[in-house]
Parts: sequence; structure tokens; C-alpha cells
Amino acid sequence: MAAPTLEVRNLRTHFFTRAGVVKAVDDVSFTVERGKVLGLVGESGSGKTVTGFSIIGLVDPPGRIVGGQILFQGRDLATATEAEMRGLRGNRIAMIFQDPMMTLNPVLRIDTQMIETVLAHKKVSHEEARQRARDTLGMVGIPSPDERLKSYPHQFSGGMRQRVAIAIALLHEPDLIVADEPTTALDVTIQGQILAEVQKLAQTTGTSLIWITHDLSVVAGLADDIAVMYAGRVVEHGAVSDVLDRPLHPYTAGLIGSVPSRNKRGEPLRQIPGMTPSLLSLPPGCAFRSRCPRAAEACLAEPEIRETLPGRQVRCFRPMTEAAEQAA
Amino acid sequence: MSAAMTAPPIRAIDAGAPMMELRDIARRFEKKLDLAGRIARRLGAPVKEEVVHAVDGVDLTIRKGEVVGLVGESGCGKSTLGRMVAGILPPSGGTIQRNGVDIRSLDAAAAREMKLRTQMIFQDPYASLNPRMRVADIVGEAPLVHGIVSRAGYDAYVDEQMRRAGLDPAFKRRYPHQFSGGQRQRIGIARALAVKPDFIVCDEAVAALDVSIQAQILNLFIKLRTELDLTYLFISHDLGVVEHISDRVVIMYLGRVVEEAPSETVFAQPNHPYTRSLLDAVPRIESRKRAFSVVKGEIPSPLNPPQGCHFHPRCPHAMERCRVERPILKEVAPGQRSACHLNDAA
Ligand SMILES: Nc1ncnc2c1ncn2[C@@H]1O[C@H](COP(=O)(O)OP(=O)(O)OP(=O)(O)O)[C@@H](O)[C@H]1O
Ligand SMILES: Nc1ncnc2c1ncn2[C@@H]1O[C@H](COP(=O)(O)OP(=O)(O)OP(=O)(O)O)[C@@H](O)[C@H]1O
Ligand code: SF4
Ligand code: SF4
Ligand SMILES: [Mg+2]
Ligand SMILES: [Mg+2]
Repeated sequence: MAAPTLEVRNLRTHFFTRAGVVKAVDDVSFTVERGKVLGLVGESGSGKTVTGFSIIGLVDPPGRIVGGQILFQGRDLATATEAEMRGLRGNRIAMIFQDPMMTLNPVLRIDTQMIETVLAHKKVSHEEARQRARDTLGMVGIPSPDERLKSYPHQFSGGMRQRVAIAIALLHEPDLIVADEPTTALDVTIQGQILAEVQKLAQTTGTSLIWITHDLSVVAGLADDIAVMYAGRVVEHGAVSDVLDRPLHPYTAGLIGSVPSRNKRGEPLRQIPGMTPSLLSLPPGCAFRSRCPRAAEACLAEPEIRETLPGRQVRCFRPMTEAAEQAA
Repeated sequence: MSAAMTAPPIRAIDAGAPMMELRDIARRFEKKLDLAGRIARRLGAPVKEEVVHAVDGVDLTIRKGEVVGLVGESGCGKSTLGRMVAGILPPSGGTIQRNGVDIRSLDAAAAREMKLRTQMIFQDPYASLNPRMRVADIVGEAPLVHGIVSRAGYDAYVDEQMRRAGLDPAFKRRYPHQFSGGQRQRIGIARALAVKPDFIVCDEAVAALDVSIQAQILNLFIKLRTELDLTYLFISHDLGVVEHISDRVVIMYLGRVVEEAPSETVFAQPNHPYTRSLLDAVPRIESRKRAFSVVKGEIPSPLNPPQGCHFHPRCPHAMERCRVERPILKEVAPGQRSACHLNDAA
């Protein structure tokens, strides 16, 4: 079997703020296989974006990677220099943001931006670069790309802007794309169009994808594997069908149970009590303890993530391994 | 406390009687010219102020005790319709009857009473809560001003309102920023319910919340509905949420209602091609590595909507007639209405 495109091992990224150390990412591990889509899910503040930024080397002070490895094709990005990262970013690794204007320059025409990006990493003629830009716009479903190349970002709708940002990410046929909630702000029919394009691209280009979202339903249809984050940690990691059909971690089960379509119309939804604890003052032991229906004496110690079933990682002393428990 | 309450001027009505009846309701907004436009016009260019038909001839009846879900993509006019229903935005055409009375015929006192009885809950609770007021005052001010509670009963009343919305009254002296998003939404709910409304417009009330918190707030809405005999207009772009909470669902596209039916019917037998496209596009947690189905095209600008059926440029079934003639909302099955020319073809 080929080596995975990305292997994140025990990653820790902390922010050293005046109020204290925010352990935004605190022991995150997962792998992304070549040509596969990993869904990175979790609620707001769980550390998804900081994980993505750590991978592409965009964590700024007061934040810092303080431990672990980010093995990209065998090379550790956690210790790479900024110059090395610049060579990889936009080339072998690309990022797509929720707001496409993080990628796009409002005062430059689309063709200028795209041609610049091509020439930044490839020695080709201006004409070849333009050709590549046009082909890539076509690939993400932008009609009449020749005309569109001459437009400015503000002349596009939100959905079209996001497509352009995706096209820019694809210019160098990267090995890995980190996409941070790229369809969250879009309407559902436009999201559907973009998800369809992305799915096709992942299948045809062999690019690996990390798709960050809080929406389990998007991941269900798009991803091969899933990593669920809670309070800066990955609490469950495995194949989508395993994790969503038979969750092992009580938090994953709670999240799935809260999705309205999983409940009978008009009846109270199954809900997780309480709220996410502050990262500044996590209680000792399992971070989910105060909200967990299965919490016991043992959970006062800190659980490690471990392979509970073949191919399935879970961070819990009392995972839901019995079928009867999962139905409950 | 009830002694301080005035008797409702509107006759009590039976369950199932129309509580809110909109007839041919419209709302237009003038889009003011920007500087470039104004200069161009001064120079003699034929530039006109543009008019947005945010809501364009909507009929809607909401019965007592119902939860009506209102869905549609951004800019289709949901919030504009909701604000007109809540009485905080005047329509530019059509009539609104509340409990059988045209709201324009009410005298000032009755109109004020009516406004209190219809409350609105918004998406961003933070923006709608005064940051410099303590929670107790946010919740208790309006009931005090309107004589719903006396000075003497004030503290107990505020405690009761907070508890009912799932907030610990011990926190009543805190300010909004000291609460989480879900708790702030609870403050918004406590404030709305403190003036004893019988009709609530929820505008994307759970859109900004995480799923686990969203579930808690939806459960609160469901509980309050039975406890207080409330009627809801529940606006959301999230079909899963609407399906769960609504008895009836209304679907809008570019200012018009395209379909309206009981919840089960909309999700099991949608009639309108737009409804079907929308349902196909919704990601479902049950799906696995599926091919995402696709509606072609973008949502047109409401400044310049397509002629005839607004959906025709994106509709897979569009015919010649659809380009010129506006389809009327017609009953296609008991309780189900749809605005599509295909229903005439058979
Ligand atoms: N520059 C920073 N300084 C201090 N803390 C930060 C900084 N950036 C992020 N954090 C903290 O790190 C934690 C994780 O944040 P992150 O943005 O990764 O969450 P997320 O899972 O992406 O959430 P969301 O779904 O809201 O985007 C949060 O508690 C956040 O407050
Ligand atoms: N005060 C206003 N002035 C000018 N145009 C307005 C105003 N309010 C709304 N509009 C326009 O009316 C249309 C309908 O807006 P509305 O906010 O009702 O849509 P919506 O369905 O609630 O959308 P969303 O899902 O984004 O909240 C939009 O085109 C909007 O730009
Ligand atoms: S370790 Fe204990 S508290 Fe934590 S999720 Fe597992 S059962 Fe619950
Ligand atoms: S009226 Fe015509 S264009 Fe409109 S939805 Fe029906 S078939 Fe499609
Ligand atoms: Mg984020
Ligand atoms: Mg709105």
C-alpha cells in the first residue's frame, strides 16, 4: 500500500495569550490517504481551523506548534522553515477558506491573479499560464471562462467567487487541499453544485482533501474518512460509514443524535446537555466528562486515543462497542 | 400580576381558526443609486433607481396552534415577510388580518397591543440585545412598561421568565457578553415571551448555533409551544430544521411562494420543480459517498428577476409558457398548493 499523503501525529498548537495558554490543538492525530477525502468535523472552537492552519504553516504568534509531527509525503512540516513552506504552499498544498476573499485580491483581475499564481511555481510562458488558468476555471464549472478571466472578484456572486478560489487552489494540481468550511456561507443549491465538482475532482486527480466542516451531513456524502474533534482533540477517527453508522465515542453519538433528520418530527431532539468547556480552564480527565452520559470514575483520568476496533480510533475509556448501547 | 393585565381587545379564537391571514402582500424596496449612478444620471445617462420586489404578492394563512416553516435561499424575501407579519415593517401592498381583523383598522391602543402579542426572535441574539443592559432589565423592561407586571411582582416575574427559557436566575445581574451564544438565544426567547405573546416569528433563530446547542434551543421552542399554546412562523434556510419543527411548510423563491403543504407532503411528495431541486441538494447524514445532484445556474438577482415563472432559467421542465406567464399558486392535492404550469398540462 502506498504511503499516506499526510500523517498528523500528536499535533499540539497552543496560543500564549495574556489570559493564559489556549491549547487550541492538543494531541491531534489522523491520516489522509492519497486521493481520499477526510472530513474534519467538530463544533465551533474545537480546533478545526487551527489544525488546518498548522498543516499549511499559517499559525501566527501568539500561536505556535509546540509538539507533534505533520508528515507530508514523509517530510515533517511542523519543523519546516518558512521558505520551505512557501515553496509548498499554493503548489503541493493548497488551502480554500470559508471566505473566498482570503484568496482573492479585490483590485486585481482574475486572469492577473491566476497567471501570477501559475508563474510563482512553474517556469512556463505567459500564454501557457493563461491557458492553464482558463482550463482550471472550466474544470470547476465556470461558464465562458475566457470572458470570466477578464472580470474582477466583485463582479462574481459568492458561489462563483468560491469556485474561482477553488480553481486557484487547483492550478498546480496539488497533492493536498485543506478546505475550511468552503460552502458554509453558500445557499444549498450552490453548495450542491460545488460539492459535486469537488467530488469529481478528487476522484479524477488523485488529490487528497481535508474538508473542514461542522456539518456532519456534508461529510456523510463527501468524505471517505472522518475525524471528530472536541476541545482541541480528535476523539474519534475512522471510515465514514463506521463512524456515522456505529459511533464509538459518546460525543460522536450525541452529535449524530442532535441532527434533526435523525429524530421524529415534532418530538424533542436527543440533545447533549451543557456546553463546551472553555479551553482556558479544562477540567482534569476526559474533556467531555461533564456532558457525557457514560462518565464514570475512570474518566477522571485523561483518555488516550487508541485503536479500539480494527481501523477505528477512539479516545474514551468506555466506548460504545455493544450494538445495544449504540441503539440507545 | 394578572390583575395588572388588560383584557385582550381581540376576541379569543378557537384552535384552528386563522390567526394571521396575508392577502396579496407585497413589499418593494428602492435601491438608491450609488455615486457613480448619480453622476451618470447627471450627465444624462438613462439610469433609474432600481426597485427590489422583495415580497411579490404572497397569500398565507397561519392557524392558531400551527408551526409554519418558511424556507428558501438567501434573498428570497423570508425576513421581509417575517417582519411584515410581526408588524415591524409596513407592506407596500395587500392586507394582513390578525384574528380576523384588518390590522390597519385598529386604533392606536389596539395596534400597540397587537404588536406585543406578536414577537420576533432573531438569528443573532447578540445584535438584538442591548449590551449595556443587565439580563433582568432586558427581560423585564417591556412587561413593566406595558403594565404586564407590577413593580412589586417584578423580581419574581423575571425569575420565572428566565427559568422557563432555561436560564439560571442567579445570573440575572449579568450582561449579554457574559453568556454563550446558546444562552444569549435563551435571553432573546425569555425577553420575547415576557410580554405574553401568542404568535412568534423566529427568523433563523438557530442558524448561528452549533448542532448540540441548536438541538437544545429547538427543544425549548417545542416545549414552549405546548406549554404556552403558541403559534409560530419559523423562518430558516435549513430544511432539516424546518422539517423537524413544522406542521406546514411554505417555500419561497425570489419573492413568491412556489409551494405550500403539510410537512410530510412537502418532503415525501414535493410538487414544484424548485422544491424538488432544493430537497435533492440538501446534504443528508444518511447518504454515503453519493453523487451530489445539481440544480443548474445561479439564483438570479431580485433586482431583475426573470419574467414569467421566476424559476424558468434553472428549471429542467421549463416550457415556452413559463417564460411569459406567471404561474398561480393552485391546490394540487388536499392542503398542497403549488405554482407551476406543469400542473395544468395533465
Ligand atoms: N489567534 C488566536 N489567539 C488566541 N486563541 C485563538 C487564536 N486563534 C484561535 N484561537 C482559539 O483556538 C480555539 C480553536 O479555534 P478554531 O478557530 O480552530 O476553532 P474551529 O473548530 O475552527 O471553530 P469554528 O467552527 O468556529 O470555525 C478557539 O478556542 C479559539 O478561540
Ligand atoms: N431595507 C432594505 N432595503 C433594500 N433592499 C432590501 C431591504 N431589505 C431587504 N432587501 C432586499 O430584499 C430582498 C429580500 O431580502 P430578505 O432579507 O427578506 O431575504 P431573506 O430570504 O431573508 O434572505 P436571507 O436568507 O439571506 O436572510 C433581497 O434582495 C434584499 O436585498
Ligand atoms: S472517557 Fe468517560 S467521560 Fe469521556 S467520553 Fe468516554 S465515557 Fe464519557
Ligand atoms: S412553471 Fe415552468 S419553469 Fe416554472 S417551475 Fe413550472 S415547469 Fe418549471
Ligand atoms: Mg474554523
Ligand atoms: Mg433573512
